[in-house]
Amino acid sequence: MSEDTSTQDTTTEETSGETAPASESERRRLQEIWAAGTEEPAWVTAATAEGAQLMLPRDQASPVEVAEEGGTLVNDDRLYELEAAEEETTILNMGPQHPSTHGVLRLQLELEGEIVRRVKPVIGYLHTGMEKTGETLTFLQGPTNVTRMDYLAPFHNELCFSLATEALLGIDLPPRALAIRVLMTELNRVSSHLTWVATQGMDLGAVSMMIYGIRERELLLAFFEKTTGLRMNHNYIRPGGVAADLPDGWQEDVAEIVEAIPKGLDDYHDLLTHNPIFLGRTEGVGVITAQECFAYGITGPPLRAAGVDWDLRKTQPYSGIEHYDFEVPLGQHGDVYNRYLVRMEEMRQSLRIAAQVAESMPDGDYRSEDLKVTPPPRKRIDESMEALIHHFKIFTEGFKVPAGEHYQAIEGPRGELGHYVVSVGDAKPWRLHCRTPSFAAIQALPTLMADQLIADSVAIIASIDPVLGDVDR
Amino acid sequence: MTDDAAAPEEEVVAPEPSPPLPPPLAALVEAFPAATLEHSAAGQNVFRVEASHLVEFAQAARDAGFEMFIDLTAVDYYRQRPGPRYDVVVVLLSLQHNLRLRILVAVDGDVPAAPSITGVYPGANFYEREVYDLFGIDFTGHPDLTRIMLPDDWEGHPLRKDTPVGSVPIQFRGTHKVE
Repeated sequence: MSEDTSTQDTTTEETSGETAPASESERRRLQEIWAAGTEEPAWVTAATAEGAQLMLPRDQASPVEVAEEGGTLVNDDRLYELEAAEEETTILNMGPQHPSTHGVLRLQLELEGEIVRRVKPVIGYLHTGMEKTGETLTFLQGPTNVTRMDYLAPFHNELCFSLATEALLGIDLPPRALAIRVLMTELNRVSSHLTWVATQGMDLGAVSMMIYGIRERELLLAFFEKTTGLRMNHNYIRPGGVAADLPDGWQEDVAEIVEAIPKGLDDYHDLLTHNPIFLGRTEGVGVITAQECFAYGITGPPLRAAGVDWDLRKTQPYSGIEHYDFEVPLGQHGDVYNRYLVRMEEMRQSLRIAAQVAESMPDGDYRSEDLKVTPPPRKRIDESMEALIHHFKIFTEGFKVPAGEHYQAIEGPRGELGHYVVSVGDAKPWRLHCRTPSFAAIQALPTLMADQLIADSVAIIASIDPVLGDVDR
Repeated sequence: MTDDAAAPEEEVVAPEPSPPLPPPLAALVEAFPAATLEHSAAGQNVFRVEASHLVEFAQAARDAGFEMFIDLTAVDYYRQRPGPRYDVVVVLLSLQHNLRLRILVAVDGDVPAAPSITGVYPGANFYEREVYDLFGIDFTGHPDLTRIMLPDDWEGHPLRKDTPVGSVPIQFRGTHKVE
């Protein structure tokens, strides 16, 4: 039996084609055994699903794998060695249909009593091949695809893709387009963080937090809808600028947002920040050190909560964000509570940026003047045959982007969002790869969760703020 | 500064003399004559390395200050260029020097193989599994090289360019047309 599983690991690839009918009947037989409940777990594991992707028993897994799943590969901070024998540990399956995994994340937890010893995340339940889809869409259609990856931060995805495309095209944007982009992405950061604070509260039992967070977020979504026509998946930021100018009365809307949300934030502070239950559930829980962040590529609020002063908006600024005044909040201990404080302060700073943008919004065009990229204005189409042809060609054939490759990174709400775009001189990207912060964060879950109580696992998952659409793509 | 083929090639490409390299990159060029510095523009420092040297180069990069692992992916240049078909792309970041580094490794063959850098950067684990899953590139030395996005019994590697879009029949074809 153990032979079976080990050969399955190494030769999944080669044998899957030939032995498909046999394994099909075998699977059915194993499912019957599983239903009858008469056989030992190893059979059942083979029958139920992922096969080689499942967590292996300690004696079958490589030492590196065990260290990785136990969270001791980078920094061996285990409090004490595993004392329980193999038979005394339990493998608990959490998800994919679990309300606190923030989507379809599946975790296999090896438990010793109530303490989590090993963790193995299983992902891919939401994999829809968006990188492949990206290769079939033109550069102008690209934002419609990438905006659906991280559905809580659609503007950031669009911005990153647009910046990468513009870097390959070598075009510059008018100041108003840059300012609109900064405004929308910073407001998006606030709406994303509000969703996070709502779910973080709910996962810890503060259900009223869920209602408050979503209530304030509604203001932002209403503004997004007014500006872009949609509450999410906007396709508003496009290569060459933005899709439309800001709507009439946008100053009042932004002023209302900038005034109302800090009041909500004060309420959250009253509700959570000094709440003994909240402190007990978050302080010292899910600690990740700076060293571990580097090794696993953890960026954004978790990295800053570990005390590392690194924000791409400051260090590698994009879209003119360096012209605005804001601070980067830092934590000290890298635990759930510090991540909470960092994100709460980031919302205030983002609103500060939004207020500054609203004050200093430059006049001018909201799109690039490069005629190869920007479609002609609607009025010109009625007057000029060339404009009509041009408009038609941009929207059917797309514009050609010079051959080259570019990696563009921006500071998303969850950390470094990077788009690697390869063009071979065509109107469609040859390859589009999205480096998503949630993917890196999911990988570091064992580091965060090992040696913690099972009850803390939901607090830890919520604190890294994963979006599974972003993980699986 | 340089004592290899990189220097003349760079001069041919660049129309004007390029500014001096930042110290960590200069140190890398010096320590690793086998690596070719392809281009070094603002924020985009691209090295091309032989597959057999990847692990040592990653180690040298980490020693030179590129402490953070950012990204690992692959590109399939199917019928786009002579020579090796795939490029494995590694993106690293140095926080202390505020520099990015991109490493390109060309691999080829029916079962292309590259060494795993999980020993240097543990964060490469999931990324290598993803590339293995979607491109079929074998990372030798990886502790747990299994599919990550797709089920174990999936055949083929969808991000390869010879896998056309829509080549896998989907189950919900039998929807009714509204008349």
